[in-house]
Amino acid sequence: MAVEFKLPELGENIEKGDVVRVLVSAGDVLKQDQPVLELETDKATIEVPSTVEGTVTEVRVKAGDQVKPGQAVLLVDSNGAGAPAAEPSAEADAPAAAEADADASPETDEPADGGSGKAPARTAEVVDIAKGRSAARESAPAETRPPAASDEPPPADGAGAPAAPSVRRFARELGIDIGAVHGTGPGGRIGQGDVKAHAKTQLRSGGGAGAPVAAARLPDFSKWGEVESRPMSNIRRKTAEHLSVAWQAPHVTQHDRADVTDLEAFRAAQAKRVEAGGGKLTVTAILIRVAAEAIRRFPQFASSADMAHEAIIYKKYIHIGVAVDTPNGLLVPVVRDADRKTITEIAAELGTLSEKARARKLSLDEMSGGVFTVTNLGGIGGTLFTPIVNQPEVAILGVSRGATEPVWRDGQFVPRQMLPLSLSYDHRVIDGADAARFLRFIVGVLEEPMSMIL
Amino acid sequence: MAPSPHLVVVGGGPGGYAAAFYAADLGMQVTLVDREANPGGVCLFRGCIPSKALLHVAKVIGEAAHAPAWGITFGQPKIDVDKLRGYKNDVVTRLTGGLGQLSKQRKIAYVQGEAEFVSNRSIRVTPVDGKGDARTIDFTHAIIATGSRPATVPGLSMDDPRVMDSTTALDLPDVPGSLLVVGGGYIGLELGSVYAALGTKVTVVEMTAGLLPGADRDLVTILSRRLEKTLDTVLVNAKVVEMTEEKKGVRVRIEGADVADADKTRVFDRVLVSVGRRPNSNVPGLDKTQVKVSQRGFIEVDAARRTAEPNIYAIGDVVGEPMLAHKASHEARVAVEAIAGHKVAFEPQAIPAVVFTDPEVAWCGLTETEAKAQGRTVEIARFPWAALGRAQAIDRPDGMTKLVIDPKTERILGVGIVGTGAGDLISEGVLAVEMAALATDLKLSIHPHPTLSETIMEAAEVFFGQSTHVHRPKRK
Repeated sequence: MAVEFKLPELGENIEKGDVVRVLVSAGDVLKQDQPVLELETDKATIEVPSTVEGTVTEVRVKAGDQVKPGQAVLLVDSNGAGAPAAEPSAEADAPAAAEADADASPETDEPADGGSGKAPARTAEVVDIAKGRSAARESAPAETRPPAASDEPPPADGAGAPAAPSVRRFARELGIDIGAVHGTGPGGRIGQGDVKAHAKTQLRSGGGAGAPVAAARLPDFSKWGEVESRPMSNIRRKTAEHLSVAWQAPHVTQHDRADVTDLEAFRAAQAKRVEAGGGKLTVTAILIRVAAEAIRRFPQFASSADMAHEAIIYKKYIHIGVAVDTPNGLLVPVVRDADRKTITEIAAELGTLSEKARARKLSLDEMSGGVFTVTNLGGIGGTLFTPIVNQPEVAILGVSRGATEPVWRDGQFVPRQMLPLSLSYDHRVIDGADAARFLRFIVGVLEEPMSMIL
Repeated sequence: MAPSPHLVVVGGGPGGYAAAFYAADLGMQVTLVDREANPGGVCLFRGCIPSKALLHVAKVIGEAAHAPAWGITFGQPKIDVDKLRGYKNDVVTRLTGGLGQLSKQRKIAYVQGEAEFVSNRSIRVTPVDGKGDARTIDFTHAIIATGSRPATVPGLSMDDPRVMDSTTALDLPDVPGSLLVVGGGYIGLELGSVYAALGTKVTVVEMTAGLLPGADRDLVTILSRRLEKTLDTVLVNAKVVEMTEEKKGVRVRIEGADVADADKTRVFDRVLVSVGRRPNSNVPGLDKTQVKVSQRGFIEVDAARRTAEPNIYAIGDVVGEPMLAHKASHEARVAVEAIAGHKVAFEPQAIPAVVFTDPEVAWCGLTETEAKAQGRTVEIARFPWAALGRAQAIDRPDGMTKLVIDPKTERILGVGIVGTGAGDLISEGVLAVEMAALATDLKLSIHPHPTLSETIMEAAEVFFGQSTHVHRPKRK
């Protein structure tokens, strides 16, 4: 019998993707988990594995098409292919179930339904990770009603948005769907303040109504000369949206300088050894390991502010993101459990991740779950900068180019290699003194590595 | 700049005159067209107001009849039907005359006559009595508020003047010895109650399984108990299949599984057919506009009450259920504000419904019946009036106040009340639902003692298992 293969849920934040390549064609015999599509989503190019088996009878998408989860992309004849007839429904249900699970516990088990196989489980992971991100984008209302189509009123059954008529009218005048507003009053009641807050979030994030970021009116630039308008790439748009939100956290940047003269000598001496391990002994690799150690001692640097619940969430894992400059834009792959890896291991992993980033082969998985970010502009130059915290993380360590400088020591100036460091942090959860201590610890380890195991 | 809007309102009922008055208040040039000499519509001339005048009298008769229980005995009432009709007509004349005055004060051009659309920009008004010339009025915007009329039962003859609809029944031609009310909805029960109080033996025939279809059964049960005493017979699951004119009355054949043989064929002095109302969407010349009429006969409108013809709006009974005056007046304001350029929508959370029987039945928002039909989980808190001081003091313990509550948020989704004065009490329920009040809000708002309004507060206390006058601890 013919079944439709529908695009599974790709993650909560991901509502669509552009088909880069279709990896199967009509007549192909499809196996479970076999990649069928290459999709470009907001941040990554991902391969979509099949959840059905059988002979492909029809391909309903082509390269360049925009597809959405739930959309039928293939028609597959499952006759004689050993796939039970119930497969499509299992496939359809599993992602939803997985999503529900992901809500309850981050460590989602594979769905009990063995027939669904690996694909839904993987989806669950993606969903889970995406959750963490979406929480930061805006304090997502727990009880968002689906936005009502146009301005049709809800049925007059007393079950509409919990808002007074005056508030509903206020929202309508602002062009806001009252059903999408998160009420902070008792029982989720929506006040005028909630509507205003929602309006502000929409303006900032460009989310919700789909309005572009900073949709401020622009002057007609062509009055002053030739101009060209190019559409934003997915990565640029996502970066713009994400940073606009991230910027809302109250930022402070703490600067410091580490004397890395001895470290540089060590780095030169050990380069070969690390290379044997498959990586390059870079300052970034060392800093990731040192930062992981610092986070272990200062756990608030791996926290997130949960303003909706007036709580601070402490993450008991130390995954560290690394900003990577690629021809397509800024990407942030994540080194997992950096506190449990050697610098050699981290260096090797960094090499692989950076390569993938430049080839746009990073999976969502590899870009999610970070608790802290390191961004190194030292390769390019500059003295100091003020990085923006990668929300919902609370701190980011910026590294600039090291330089030999005169340092006053024992009554005289001596030439030392100094590395400028800039720690930006979310002042809501991190106090200035703690930030100074955190950065001092890092500087201390760079200068006296033994202090790390002291 | 566009010329200031000239609004024509077709129909002078509680939707039409409210629209005309509000538009004039907003500075629009307004023409109001209606058949009658004054605004008012069915509500004032042939509906809400005259029936309430008569129901008030019926209530006084009922209380006087009950007075011996308090040690006061009046004689049998002497009923002067002409004078009673005169009182009712005076009320109507006073109110509609007042509306005419208000219309003049607002400089509204009131045109008596039949309206016919010539195009989407003009109407022709022909005088009702055929005297005078037809005149054409151009408009930039129009609001259709032509209301509704009593529905008829297909296949049953209506030529006999003894077979009445709500309009003729309100004219109070006489006090018949017996009356058959076809249809156990609110109109039939209200008018049936009036005639019963005046001394008529009233039989009600309802097609469905119970009176007041749509209302929650627990509310209706309390009303039914009293109606059993005041009405002669109530036949449910029953249907009038034949009516024949006879000299001494109208012979009626009634079918129904539960109908006793004696009731299957009976002769009644009069029959009142009250089987609902039909929208007056057959406005002449509507086909010269793009206005669309649905299969059920309602004019189709969007949230702002705009028809498919962008400069023509429609409100009230002619656009849909519930066919209630207060819904029409509210829609009137929405439509006028839309014409004035505001971003508005008709989106009530609660439209109150009131049945002015004795006791009254009133409800708003989500009913328990609707919640069940939707498969929606709700909690119901009921407060029986017998536990209330004021209800006992006025000897009317036959009442109940119920709240339909969302168990998760404890939000009030609906309110239902049966009891004397329920129609006035329900307004608090409407406010609670519209404001998204929680059960706690009702519980914590001080209600005056001793009043029937306390039942709303006490019902909220019942929800928490803490009612002062009902000991019913919450099961957990």
